[in-house]
Amino acid sequence: MLKNRIIPCLDVKDGRVVKGINFVELKDAGDPVEQAKIYSDGGADEICFLDITASNENRETIIDIVRKTAKECFVPLTVGGGVRTIQNITDLLLAGADKVSINTAAVKNADFVKEASKKFGSQCIVVAIDAKKVSDNKWEVFTHGGRNKTSIDAVEFAKKVEENGAGEILLTSMDKDGTKSGYDVDLLKTITNNTNIPVIASGGVGTLDHLYDGIVKGGASAVLAASIFHYGEYKIKDVKEYLNSKNVSVRL
Amino acid sequence: MNVTIVDYQSGNISSVINSFTEVAKGKVNLEVTSDINKIKSCDKIVLPGQGSFKSCVDSLNKISGLVDTLKDFAVGNKKPLLGICVGLQMFADIGYEEAETKGLGWISGKVSKIDNQNGQFKLPHIGWNEIEIQKKSKIFKDIKNKSHMYFVHSYEFIPEDKSVISATTDYSSKIVCAIEKDNLFGTQFHPEKSDKIGLKVIDNFLKL
Repeated sequence: MLKNRIIPCLDVKDGRVVKGINFVELKDAGDPVEQAKIYSDGGADEICFLDITASNENRETIIDIVRKTAKECFVPLTVGGGVRTIQNITDLLLAGADKVSINTAAVKNADFVKEASKKFGSQCIVVAIDAKKVSDNKWEVFTHGGRNKTSIDAVEFAKKVEENGAGEILLTSMDKDGTKSGYDVDLLKTITNNTNIPVIASGGVGTLDHLYDGIVKGGASAVLAASIFHYGEYKIKDVKEYLNSKNVSVRL
Repeated sequence: MNVTIVDYQSGNISSVINSFTEVAKGKVNLEVTSDINKIKSCDKIVLPGQGSFKSCVDSLNKISGLVDTLKDFAVGNKKPLLGICVGLQMFADIGYEEAETKGLGWISGKVSKIDNQNGQFKLPHIGWNEIEIQKKSKIFKDIKNKSHMYFVHSYEFIPEDKSVISATTDYSSKIVCAIEKDNLFGTQFHPEKSDKIGLKVIDNFLKL
C-alpha cells in the first residue's frame, strides 16, 4: 500500500534556513545542508527546499546547497522558488534536485508547465498553488509569495496544470500559512476531489492532528510542514508514530 | 571492477550518479558515459531512465551504435545490467506512453498505463510503497520482504513470462516492480532515492 508522505520544508534565504510567519518576520535558524541531513536520517519521506531569496544574483547559492545536499541525502529532493525558465530547471536537476516546484511562472505562462513536463517528465514537475479564500467554497490563486492577486479560480487552475502535465500539486493556503491553526481542509478537499494527481498539503500546521486532518479529511497524498519540525517541537518519527497510531499508513 | 552508468542525454540522472558514487566509494570504478568503447569494455551497466518511454527510446536510438552495444553486452555476452524505472521498462517489446513505441525487446512484454480505476488511484504513483518479493533475487540480498521503496511512475511493465518477476507492489493491482532474468535486473522503483534500503539494492548489484 502506498504510504502517506511526510515532507519537511526548509525555507532558504541567502543560503540560510528561515521560516516566515505569514511570509514576514523571518528568523534565521541554520544551515540547510545539515538540516536536510537530519531530516533524512530521521525518516523524512522527501525533503523540500523553498528558495525565498530567488533574486537572480543569488541563484547560485541554492544550487550549491542542492548540490551538497544531494550528495548526502538519498531521498527525493524538491526545490522551489524562482523557477521561471527551462534553464532554471536544468540547473537544479543537474545539481541533484529530483523535482522542481513552479509557482508564479506557472500562472504567468500556462505553456511553461507543458513545456517543462514534456522536456523533463511529469515526475519532476510540481506546481505550487498559493490559494486564498475569497468567498464560501471559492479560492483564488495568488503569486509572488502571496502578494499578488490573480483573480484565477484555484480549482480551475489546478485542473489546468494537471492537464498541462504537472505530476503533483503543492497546495498552500495563504490564509493559514504561518498561523499554526491547521490546513484549510475545505480547500484541500475541493482540490483533491477535482484532480487526479497527488496533492501535497501545505500551510498552517501547528499540531499532529493537523497533519492527520490534511490526509484523512483533506485527501492529501502528502503533508508538508516547516515550523513544527524546524523548531524541534516534533521529530519526523513522532509524526509517523502518531499517524500510525491513528491508522494512517506511513513509512516507519 | 568498472561500472558504467549510461548517460544517453535523457532525463535527470544526477541522483543515480550521486547514490552509486556513495556506494561505490573506493570499491568500484564508476563511469558516466555514452562512449560505446567504454561501455563495451566495462563489467556492469546501469541503465537509468526518466521521462516517457518514447523519449528514452528515442534518445537511446540517437546515439549511433548504442542500442546494439547494449544488446551485445546484456543479451549476447550476458553481463550484468540494471535498468531503473524507464530503464527497466525499455526491456519490453513495446510501450504505449505518448505513442506506440518499440522497446529493446530483451524481455517479452509491454508497458502500459496503470489502471487508475476511474480515478480511485491518483497517477503518477508517487511515494513509498512496500515491495512484495516474489522470488529470490540477487539484488534483494538482505532486503526484507515489505521493505519500502520510492516510486514515481504512471506506466507499468507487464512481462509475458511471469517467472522473471522478482517483486511486485500493490497500487491498483499488483504492479511489477522488479525483475531478474539471468544477468538482467530491473527495478521500477528508484533505489537511488530509497534511502538506506535503496543503497543496499545498489550495493547488492555492485557486489554481483
